[in-house]
Amino acid sequence: MDFFNVAVQTLDSTIRLSVPLLLACLAGLYSERSGIFDIGLEGKMLAGAFASAAAASVFHSAWIGLGMGILISVALALVHGFASITHRGNQIVSGVAINFVAAGSTIILGQAWFQQGGRTPALAPGERFEAIVFPGADAIRDVPIIGPIYSELISGHSLLVYIAFLAVPFTWWVLFRTRFGLRLRAVGENPAAVDTAGISVEWLRYRAVICTGILTGIAGAYLAMVQNAGFVKDMTAGKGFIALAALIFAKWKPVNAMFACLLFGFLDAIAIRLQGSPLPVIGKVPVQFMQALPYVLTVVLLAGFIGKAIPPRAGGVPYVKER
Amino acid sequence: MSAPYAKLPAWADYGLIPLVNLAVAFIVAGLVVLLVGENPFRAAVILVEGAFGRGQGIAYTLFYATTFIFSGLSVAVAFHCGLFNIGGEGQGYIAGLGIAIVCLSLDSVLPWYLLFPIAIAAAALFGALWALIPAWLQAKRGSHIVITTIMFNFIAASIMVYMLVDVIKPVGAMAPQTRNFLDGAQLPKLNWLIELFGFAKIRSAPFNISFILALVMAWLVWLLIWRTKLGYEMRTYGFSPKAARYAGISETRIILVTMMISGALSGMMALNPTMGDQHNVALDFVSGAGFVGIAVALMGRSHPVGIVLASILFGMLYQGGAELSFEMPNISRDMIVIIQGLVILFAGALEHMFRPAIQALFASLSPKSVGMAEAGKGA
Amino acid sequence: MAEAAIELIGINKSFGPVHANRDINLEVARGTIHGIVGENGAGKSTLMSILYGFYQADSGEIKVNGKPASIKTSNDAIAAGIGMVHQHFMLVDNFTVLENVILGAESNALLNSSIAKARSELVRLEREYGLQVNPDALIEELPVGLQQRVEILKALYRGAEILILDEPTGVLTPAEADHLFRILKQLKEQGKTVVLITHKLREIMAITDTVSVMRQGTMVATRETAKTTVEELAELMVGRRVLLRVDKGEAKPGAVKLSVKNLVVRDSRGVTMVDDVSFEVRAGEIVGIAGVAGNGQSELLEAISGIRNAVSGSAMLDGKPIDLTGAADPGELRERGLAHVPEDRHHVGLVLAFEENENSILGYHDDPRYLKGPLLNIDAIVADAKDKIEKYDIRPSNPRLKTANFSGGNQQKIVLAREIEQDPGVLIVGQPTRGVDVGAIEFIHKRLIAMRDAGKAVLLVSVELDEIRSLSDRILVMFAGRIVGERGPEAGEGELGLLMAGVEQKEAAE
Repeated sequence: MDFFNVAVQTLDSTIRLSVPLLLACLAGLYSERSGIFDIGLEGKMLAGAFASAAAASVFHSAWIGLGMGILISVALALVHGFASITHRGNQIVSGVAINFVAAGSTIILGQAWFQQGGRTPALAPGERFEAIVFPGADAIRDVPIIGPIYSELISGHSLLVYIAFLAVPFTWWVLFRTRFGLRLRAVGENPAAVDTAGISVEWLRYRAVICTGILTGIAGAYLAMVQNAGFVKDMTAGKGFIALAALIFAKWKPVNAMFACLLFGFLDAIAIRLQGSPLPVIGKVPVQFMQALPYVLTVVLLAGFIGKAIPPRAGGVPYVKER
Repeated sequence: MSAPYAKLPAWADYGLIPLVNLAVAFIVAGLVVLLVGENPFRAAVILVEGAFGRGQGIAYTLFYATTFIFSGLSVAVAFHCGLFNIGGEGQGYIAGLGIAIVCLSLDSVLPWYLLFPIAIAAAALFGALWALIPAWLQAKRGSHIVITTIMFNFIAASIMVYMLVDVIKPVGAMAPQTRNFLDGAQLPKLNWLIELFGFAKIRSAPFNISFILALVMAWLVWLLIWRTKLGYEMRTYGFSPKAARYAGISETRIILVTMMISGALSGMMALNPTMGDQHNVALDFVSGAGFVGIAVALMGRSHPVGIVLASILFGMLYQGGAELSFEMPNISRDMIVIIQGLVILFAGALEHMFRPAIQALFASLSPKSVGMAEAGKGA
Repeated sequence: MAEAAIELIGINKSFGPVHANRDINLEVARGTIHGIVGENGAGKSTLMSILYGFYQADSGEIKVNGKPASIKTSNDAIAAGIGMVHQHFMLVDNFTVLENVILGAESNALLNSSIAKARSELVRLEREYGLQVNPDALIEELPVGLQQRVEILKALYRGAEILILDEPTGVLTPAEADHLFRILKQLKEQGKTVVLITHKLREIMAITDTVSVMRQGTMVATRETAKTTVEELAELMVGRRVLLRVDKGEAKPGAVKLSVKNLVVRDSRGVTMVDDVSFEVRAGEIVGIAGVAGNGQSELLEAISGIRNAVSGSAMLDGKPIDLTGAADPGELRERGLAHVPEDRHHVGLVLAFEENENSILGYHDDPRYLKGPLLNIDAIVADAKDKIEKYDIRPSNPRLKTANFSGGNQQKIVLAREIEQDPGVLIVGQPTRGVDVGAIEFIHKRLIAMRDAGKAVLLVSVELDEIRSLSDRILVMFAGRIVGERGPEAGEGELGLLMAGVEQKEAAE
């Protein structure tokens, strides 16, 4: 059963590693589906991580931490909205700016407030989101096959993990079953159609970037309060960009997004597990190869060699009423 | 269609508005300083003194500026052709590989003045090739160059980690970097240049000959953009792809050539920190300089003179920031990253925010200066 | 006359210095089809956009069903029972018909009930008006005619009593257009009011009860359709302009310089814009292509100049074949002596952000005269630009000035000087005097005549009928992508106008 245990453990870490990707990816989905490109997912996630860890350690509450993470992340999302919706600025430039502001200010403020070299104080157990053990998980742990799957894979994660995976059907439902979702998808494809239907394009897009902010905030909170016990500088380490890659890979669809994030999380889990030890058939695969794979796959997809990723048609273009 | 903005006098357009944007960026940065409990004015004084107060500081300022000139020029060249090259970081990083190959194999054979040109060529070539793939994908497959260049930054990082850890690192060494370069691959310092101006002896600043190369490149970029046929074609495509098509300019060719030049410039930025300072190629040696190029290009309005000035400003921030972190432990050099972000935000994404107000001001002061030339003609 | 469904009183609207609508008064009776005709840029679309709340009038009053209505947004217009079918459809291409219909008119926050309601409502509308369309089809998979039907359904679903259609037949085949007209008549019978904006007089005569004519932002006349004629409307539409006198002698046509055979060109949406067009242009003559804008002239010019690839057809330049379906690019054609003054000087013919001298070499920047190795020979370029500035009286006479700072007429002279001074064998010209002041018009016309007299072949496309008539030695009329007739320069305005309006050739001849 050794192989089975390894598989379960690998899948378990796949889940843990894909959660921040998934949250950020769904975050990007809301914004980009409304026609606002967002390469600032990374920065918002980082700021959310810092804010949540800082607030959690100061107020000794995981919930206040989560709330603060969301608040700060939404604030940055609104800056992006202000630049790209209200002032019709370049969305790429604005996203880049937000990444830098977040990267710098988390370190500066962290150092000034906590004096631990840019870290926040280690969070005590009560200040984090603890693992939730499902009923009977311990009881059936030793049952072959089902036991490990139930108690390791399904049970025993933090609340935020379940939120992340529930966000997938929820996002699908919002997008395809609600009025807001219909309008959101419409404004990313043809804002003029939305405008002539008597709906405010700007307000709609602002609501979309707020959704983005909420989700990147939760993603950051997960990094700082679940995966780690506190904020470490630059702890997102490019996850925002992998999420962006996953979003493209998923062709801007929520369920695809989950699979893309699980795939990228799996690659990460494998890379960590192998750490340079040889694979049965292929031989030794450099860890870096596994790490680069999400980006390579995205480039290949973007180039149209495997399927075609067609972004929302109005994406990246500020809406100006035509004459 | 009428022009979206009425005309301002050129000095307001190219001088006043960028300055206002810059000022706002620094005011917001000052607020951050205030937030960490320090006096922003005192911080500014320390910063400027640290950067320009002593010869040593100036040398460091110019050392940092050197790298930024290259990366700023790289971004600007692409901007002129309507392309956004976010991949300078990766192009510079990969260029380190070219430099490593040249230096490691020739540094015991050639003197620096023979090796330097070869290293320049290698850096430019590696950077250009790394930019060529996204360019080709944009021109031929329609993949968005912003996304592909971002992805290529990460791919470059993975390749370099692999190369440095598993391939190039000397046997038995711990640090993931090449062996130290011999004299042949160490660029001569230019500190004497600053001492000429009456500053005290500079002990150990890495200000080196690649600064001259950067200035030459700035001049060449100016020549390219405004004085060559190729630059003319790039600008035509950048302003109006339709007019370029009308003029018989090949879209594929102009995108490929522009991105290769842009990549080559990003590649050259790797010379300064490797051959000029560390005398090896180490993990993460680019350390964000490629991204600084975006801020520098936006601030310098994609003009080489503006870029050199903006680079010196950022060099000042890097050097002065180091001094500042001694005096005010709460303000580390990461403050620069914030300022960089704010500059990109206000000089880039929000560049038109203050324009209506400034226009209204001009209109009320002297209505004639705000000519509505051509507005609505032929609409 | 029945009670007015719409009343517009003293509407004014300016965009910057352009007065798009000037003191417009209009009354449309309920249960009628009212046509608004006018040339492109006459202000029709602006007026209707004001009525639909897309723009706000600077002054004036709107009454709907006799009551003053404050229409500030499209929402207000919809609430007042006004629906609009835009020229460019306001549809989301990857949505289904149902989704498009309910967008903005959802009954609550969840879609289920809205969709169910819309589905049954569509069945009712289909029954009442014969507006058949599969509610689950994706828009992008529907032909243009059905897409337009969805737009009409959208308006009716929102309870529109007044329906505005902006150039609805521009993208339709004749059969689709006929079907549309049947639908409109049915709407009228059900008591709806229809406002039809068009520049096609045939449609006005065929379907409207009353018609208003707009010209240069003003409403010049309103007539009962039954009591007017195409000729009268054409005259009102174009206005009795002072015919610009152009002195020109007899043409002496020589050898064929440019010939086009069976050319077919499609636009980016795949709609056939140039349909099996053949003609030739000889040395020493000006061939004018007349037609209402949007009938394929632009695409024809783009194909011949190599900017847009043709789908099929062949062409010869100076007796040698040119491959317009692929290989020919504008640079190569230029080298072979085909110069092109494009219709859109702002985005195609000029780079407005460039200095004047930079624009004076656009497309000819490969010419060794302007180069010193890889460098531009700035001195030579500026000297050359100065030369042209003098020759063409371009003002201000400063070749270092930004092109955006020149007036429309002077910008056009910059393009013209550049193309003519290269001494091409064939010159193709699109809308040479659009947005150009009277003084410059005369100058430009003289230059074109001079080209002809110098033995060059000139192909002129213009929507200005006067221009075509006073310059051309032969006139080809283009309608719906086809050449529908050829006339001599002596042809009357009415005769050409009818051809341009798509009235059958048989009727138009004699």
